[in-house]
Amino acid sequence: MQMAAPIINQNVREDYLPGAGDFFALLKPRVMSLVIFTAFIGLVMAPGDIHPVIAFTAILCIAVGAGASGCLNMWYEADLDARMKRTANRPIPSGRMDPQTALHFGVALSTASVLLMGLMVNMVAAALLLMTILFYVVVYTIWLKRRTSMNIVIGGAAGAFPPMIAWAAVTGGVSLESVVLFGIIFMWTPPHFWSLSLFACKDYKAAGIPMLPVVAGEGVTRKQILIYTLLMVPVTMLPWIMGFAGPVYAITAAVSGAIFIWLSISLARNKDIKTAKKTFFYSIFYLFILFAVMGGEIIIGRMI
Amino acid sequence: MPLHEEHKKRAGRNYALAGVLLGMVALFFVVTLVKYGVM
Repeated sequence: MQMAAPIINQNVREDYLPGAGDFFALLKPRVMSLVIFTAFIGLVMAPGDIHPVIAFTAILCIAVGAGASGCLNMWYEADLDARMKRTANRPIPSGRMDPQTALHFGVALSTASVLLMGLMVNMVAAALLLMTILFYVVVYTIWLKRRTSMNIVIGGAAGAFPPMIAWAAVTGGVSLESVVLFGIIFMWTPPHFWSLSLFACKDYKAAGIPMLPVVAGEGVTRKQILIYTLLMVPVTMLPWIMGFAGPVYAITAAVSGAIFIWLSISLARNKDIKTAKKTFFYSIFYLFILFAVMGGEIIIGRMI
Repeated sequence: MPLHEEHKKRAGRNYALAGVLLGMVALFFVVTLVKYGVM
């Protein structure tokens, strides 16, 4: 597949001054909210105590770092965004913001978040945050996204790091439990994005992004969603098997995982957009419920 | 863009920046107190 070159000179609107809302939109607030949520659960799950102010600072740094990554992603992908209906109205492709401003904003926020994490929380968390930002921007956005249909499988690691960073903020290190939290989100990412790409296939095709349905076809994508879901569900059981999540979590993970598998099977059988959309929205609910129950059970357990 | 609208937007941006800076000052202050064991 031919690679699309990133836009260097953008037709910036002369009659428009970007406002605070445009800068906020660069941070991908919806993605950021999921990052904050999973990081918060990582913080709750980690053994040990953390002062609430330091915990707040850690979450703030993770949120700003995630926002900065989103901003740098939008800066690099402005040419692709302009060709997709879903993203054409973002600040850079719509001409509301100069790409250079977005680049400066993203770099400033990345630097600030990592420095703040290092100075106020600990160096391990800061190193992980820096690695996450670089992974998302360099490995996923610049290197993989335009080159391979496996972009989301490898690049998905960036979105899986937040609970691990939060864990490191509490314990000062990385442990097997935090790797399991990483593993859950890592395995969840391909079925989530591939079900999205099934109904946004035209957009991706128009932009020249080699997403799996564009390169290998919808049938292969549906099969891959099922395979990854089957692999993901046992990983979601690990927190309970390893003893750091309770029985309520185990039941939730088993039941919601079974529903996810059932949806993936029906997605592999029914070749309609409706099931793809259903799977996509269920995947968001699924991750939310898994982490909410995992953290909720620990919080309630500590209160009793 | 009409001048009054531009001024309004600039003011919005400046207030947002002022809020962020004030928040940072407060955060640095509180974290320092925590690190020194005052809180």
